[in-house]
Amino acid sequence: MSTLLELKSLDKRFGGLHVTRGVSFALRAGDRMALIGPNGAGKTTLVNQISGVLTSDAGEIWLRGENVTRLSQARRVRAGLARTFQITTLAPHFAVQRQIELALFEREGLTGGMWRSVDAYPTLQTEAQSILTRFGLRAHAATASEDLAYGEQRLIEMALALALRPKVLLLDEPMAGVPKGDGDRLLAALDALPSDLAVLIIEHDMDLVFRFANRIVVLAEGAVLADGSPDEIRCDPRVRAAYLGH
Amino acid sequence: MNTMTTTPALAASPAPAAAPRCAPAWRAPTVLLVTGMAACALMPEQLGLLTRIFITALFVLSLDLVVGVAGLATLGHAALFGMGAYAAGIFALKVHPDPVVGLAVGIAAGATLALLSGAFLLRYQGFTFLMLTIAVSQILLNLAQKARDWTGGDDGLSGFVMGPILGRFDFDLEGRVASLYALGVLVVLFYAARRIVDSPFGLAVRGIHENRARMAALGTPVFARLWVLYTVAGAMAGAAGALSAQTNAVVGMDSLSFALSAEALVMLILGGAGRLTGALIGATVFTVLHHTAASINPYHWLFVVGALLMLVVLVSPARAWAWLRRRAGGVR
Repeated sequence: MSTLLELKSLDKRFGGLHVTRGVSFALRAGDRMALIGPNGAGKTTLVNQISGVLTSDAGEIWLRGENVTRLSQARRVRAGLARTFQITTLAPHFAVQRQIELALFEREGLTGGMWRSVDAYPTLQTEAQSILTRFGLRAHAATASEDLAYGEQRLIEMALALALRPKVLLLDEPMAGVPKGDGDRLLAALDALPSDLAVLIIEHDMDLVFRFANRIVVLAEGAVLADGSPDEIRCDPRVRAAYLGH
Repeated sequence: MNTMTTTPALAASPAPAAAPRCAPAWRAPTVLLVTGMAACALMPEQLGLLTRIFITALFVLSLDLVVGVAGLATLGHAALFGMGAYAAGIFALKVHPDPVVGLAVGIAAGATLALLSGAFLLRYQGFTFLMLTIAVSQILLNLAQKARDWTGGDDGLSGFVMGPILGRFDFDLEGRVASLYALGVLVVLFYAARRIVDSPFGLAVRGIHENRARMAALGTPVFARLWVLYTVAGAMAGAAGALSAQTNAVVGMDSLSFALSAEALVMLILGGAGRLTGALIGATVFTVLHHTAASINPYHWLFVVGALLMLVVLVSPARAWAWLRRRAGGVR
């Protein structure tokens, strides 16, 4: 399958701290790649570099054949990149359906429209409702997201990202802070991701990583320590010694 | 094309809830029009006060777009008001006395200042933005003081006589035409503001207020959206300034003052920020209080405003609204 996202020698420094060092890898359509490594390895910084929250000091990011290294976050989203956040990042007072509609308005390039009411787009409303139904959130359509359980808020994060119909999805610790009981719906959502989507997931839960990923990149001190299939990573003595603890 | 299979765990959804909906955009402006006309008819001796309320309400409405809707705290909004006032006054004095054309000039002046200053200001947030808005208004105030030939300096800009509105309605001594003119402009711009806030653009701007990082992750060009909103707010503040110049036939330095910016913010907090109607309520309450309390005790009337502010901070208008709606049996 075709390469959708390619990182070429990405670097990021914060003053004297060299956070990511020459990170290179590529993601193809349908890939389920996990990015693992200890705290402080540079995983979230790398996701922020890819999504455009942080500018890179060196290296290039190619998205669907286009060099997006210098493009804004908004342009990267329009080029097919979506992400979720490690710490839930929603509009807390918005009704859940409104948030999904907002993602759809952005996807369709409609948020420049200043006159027609948000209620005058029945097709997008129907689509928002079907997304909510798919995530089991239809009953909360008119509820403010801050009033929902944390696990449901994590589901909204994923629903928002998918509403953009991305080609590449970056999931930054989607299970972080979710109680065991609520995790099942998130796992089901992960399993139901479109098969042609390229997914990069940061996750500390190794059971989930080995169940979900078909490729694993291990990051240590900002550099790629290992890159391979789950079996290769599991057998890699360096990784076993440093990160899997056995 | 992306496809998504539905798994049993995800499909287990409880019964659908009602979808969120906006109130019709014409409803609140119609109530405003009827209330305003009734007030003008019932209080013919207070037309001057009513005109001041309508103009102030328009200014605070513009401030609400910036503070309440976009979440940008500013203490320099008078710059946009004063710009519109001086532009309309100078236009009437040197070019043409037609009020409607003058109003358009005031709108364009306010919008232009917002467009130019916003290009710089909106790169900042929080306290930096707040301080820079004060700086812009102070620079403008100083410029107005220096350019005496154009602005009249500390003596104010006067000596212009407005022509009839639409070539028919002369400004009368009682202030009937002036009050209806101000009310008409307020209603039209309130309707426009309502439409803008309820549009996808308005939703995106409110989203930026709620969470900038979220909106950026959805692909919103945050700066561009805020820039457009700030320019629209500038146009509305410019319109309020122009109305003030035209109905008072004088423009003073106070139209650019820090005190005006601060008072407008107090009015907005009094009425409740972010809902537009709060701007109208706050402006009315403050102006009426100013009028009545100041005539009883010109030195200590601000005590009343202070007490009211404490009350709305302790019992926020949002909570009061929610309580009222619950009592009325409405849904959120």
